[in-house]
Amino acid sequence: MALYLDAIIAGFGGQGVMLIGNLLAYAGMEAGYNVTYIPVYGPEMRGGTANCTVVISDEPIGSPIIKRPLSCIIMNLPSLHKFQPTVQDGGVVVVNSSLVDPALGDAARLKIVPVAANEIADAQGNVRMANMVALGAWLRATNAIPLDTVQQALPNVIAAHYAKLIPANANALARGWETADAAMATA
Amino acid sequence: MTASRKFLKGNEAVVYGALAAGCRCYFGYPITPQNDIPELMSSEMVKVGGQFVQAESEVGAANMLLGAAACGVRAFTSSSSPGVSLMQEAISYMAGSELPGVIVNMARGGPGLGDIGSSQGDYFQAVKGGGHGDYRCYVLAPATCQEAYDHMIEAFDVAYAWRVPVLVLGDAILGQMKEPVTTWTPDVNADAGKDWRLEGASGRPERLLKSLFLEDGALAGHNAKLQTRYRDMQPLSRLETVGVDDAELVIVAFGTIGRIARSAASQLRKQGHKVGVARPVTLFPFPVAQLQALAVPGRRFLTIEQNCGQMVEDVRLALAGKAEVAFHGHLPGNLPNPDEFIQPILDALAAKA
Amino acid sequence: MTSINLAALQQEGYTEVATLPEVLADRPMHYCPGCHHGIAHRLVAEALEELGQVERTICVSSIGCSVFIYNYMHLDTVEAPHGRAAAVATGVKRARPDAFVFTYQGDGDLASIGLAESMHCANRGEKLSIVFINNTVYGMTGGQMAPTTLPGQKTTTSPGGRCASTEGLPLKMAEIMAGLGGVAYSARVATTSLKRIVEAKKAIKAAFQCQIDGRGFGFVELLSACPTNWRMTPLQANERVEKELIPYFPLGVFKDDANDPACSVSGGDS
Repeated sequence: MALYLDAIIAGFGGQGVMLIGNLLAYAGMEAGYNVTYIPVYGPEMRGGTANCTVVISDEPIGSPIIKRPLSCIIMNLPSLHKFQPTVQDGGVVVVNSSLVDPALGDAARLKIVPVAANEIADAQGNVRMANMVALGAWLRATNAIPLDTVQQALPNVIAAHYAKLIPANANALARGWETADAAMATA
Repeated sequence: MTASRKFLKGNEAVVYGALAAGCRCYFGYPITPQNDIPELMSSEMVKVGGQFVQAESEVGAANMLLGAAACGVRAFTSSSSPGVSLMQEAISYMAGSELPGVIVNMARGGPGLGDIGSSQGDYFQAVKGGGHGDYRCYVLAPATCQEAYDHMIEAFDVAYAWRVPVLVLGDAILGQMKEPVTTWTPDVNADAGKDWRLEGASGRPERLLKSLFLEDGALAGHNAKLQTRYRDMQPLSRLETVGVDDAELVIVAFGTIGRIARSAASQLRKQGHKVGVARPVTLFPFPVAQLQALAVPGRRFLTIEQNCGQMVEDVRLALAGKAEVAFHGHLPGNLPNPDEFIQPILDALAAKA
Repeated sequence: MTSINLAALQQEGYTEVATLPEVLADRPMHYCPGCHHGIAHRLVAEALEELGQVERTICVSSIGCSVFIYNYMHLDTVEAPHGRAAAVATGVKRARPDAFVFTYQGDGDLASIGLAESMHCANRGEKLSIVFINNTVYGMTGGQMAPTTLPGQKTTTSPGGRCASTEGLPLKMAEIMAGLGGVAYSARVATTSLKRIVEAKKAIKAAFQCQIDGRGFGFVELLSACPTNWRMTPLQANERVEKELIPYFPLGVFKDDANDPACSVSGGDS
């Protein structure tokens, strides 16, 4: 099956958007795809958001920079305002409903996947893993890369001195995946 | 030759490619967006028993490169546009002294301090000499992290085979993006340079590496030799093409702009527009014959660059009036993306009718 | 140009008391009458031979009158851009740690356009040596003001004499170098008399020995005469070094870690 998928992942600096972008791209590589990951420069860096773009494809990738993405992971409100309008019709937008009112999601045009990433991560014992929860939800919503492929990629993107946190990160990915799965079953 | 697949930034790919090519000296100075190179080199070079020096300036770094190259030891320096301007003196001397220095420019916006985003504003500087005097560098323009790795290996091979400085011209996008890279280790010809490199004149006459030629006719002869060498290098030129066979319009673009243009062309193909992309992989020597071969009657060309119009002059010279060559300049300071190129491409197509 | 006909001289009753160092080419030099470069070249050549370094030496030439040093020494040599000799030498030494590396630079080259490269090379403690010829003037380009030109000294770009209030005061490089951490040895010498020449050679050998022992950077400043650009006879120029230069640029060893246990480091490069 031909695959082409891209995602802009955006949030506050410190929310770990670069880390999950890296993780997703690495897992895409492990799954046998061509991938690109790029932290985006420029005025965006001054707009209160940190963001990166990931492209996954079974063909050679042209542009690593995407203006109208097929999907987004939105970790905070400024990112929703900035990137939601750019997502292509029918695109997937994972919204961190802990910080962004999911009612702001453009459900008429897009597939909005709310996930209370901060609360879920906090319940698992570490609110800093909200990024992993959100990525887990994105994996379920897009079905692009198997969850376990992403979990197995964790040691390759997490620094060695945080290695003890890998099981907890894998768990956070799974909780996000399950949350989106449950939401999609009821939808 | 051993191979494995890694997930690397373009800047990191430059480092690992250089090390695989047997580079054992690196000289650098901090400047965004290439700082990953000196930072990674400061630890990786030590692991292979090589030398890392954070120079006092890009002037210092480029001249350290000159010294190491004079010893026939594989060495390189890296910088970004303002720093590469400071290196032009040493590059001219290396060209004049026939020294195989390798220089990486992860270009940023200009003129002056510009910005830290991507730019192709250094094309003229890269391919027309850059410093004083009549000389050329062999110039490679990687578009992918894999090419960033592979081009470093090629850079050293060409530098030593032809005794010319080699410039690898990337940009902020290439330096910062990550892609899978299949790493591999070439066989390095340890004998390259053994008949001219400096090592102390033990058991042989002394050797002299210089660019000063004051004797009657000496400089003219030296220049003639260099120009012949540059002409002889022409067969090394390469052009990558995608979808050009039936194309009504061929986009000519290099480096990361080449791959972004490919995405735009791909979108337009899906809408039925016959658009192809030709990407010069070597900027000097320029793929003149390959471009000429594409200039069939009725076909138009559009050069897209992230500058105000530089390579387009070489495209027009190459096509020598055989085809119309339009230009779209994406201004440095604005991040390029495929959507920005759609309308200029449609305009170029429409101009044909 | 002919070399000395030793046999003919011996027939006339002369006796050979000194021979040319083998590393020194047996050919006339292009330097002006009374210029001290010739003496300095010979001292460098003798030091290299006496220390057994000739066959592993790489010389870095600079821009100025001494750019042609490679015509007079049978040494592997690379020509550095103006002022960049210390950076080029850094690259050479890092690429070939087993080589003996020295630069030979004038005052414009080292102390003006190349001040940054020279001082950072010294401060890094590169295991190499610099022979610095200070004649207070740009020689090759025709006698312009140098960073070491003395106050009041007339040059083609300071026709009224160097003015301290607008052009500053001469840089005392041997003292400056001695203040840098990586420097193992720094001295200033002159070549105006036999006695001074003997001292100068000692200093050059001491600076070279630092590199051989891997102790660090060695620097020797030689006060030199430039009769042509000083508009003087060779004798007057020699006297000027004694009467005007030495009072401003005192001779001596400003740093020698061999005599200072606090400076000594272990290890060697050979």
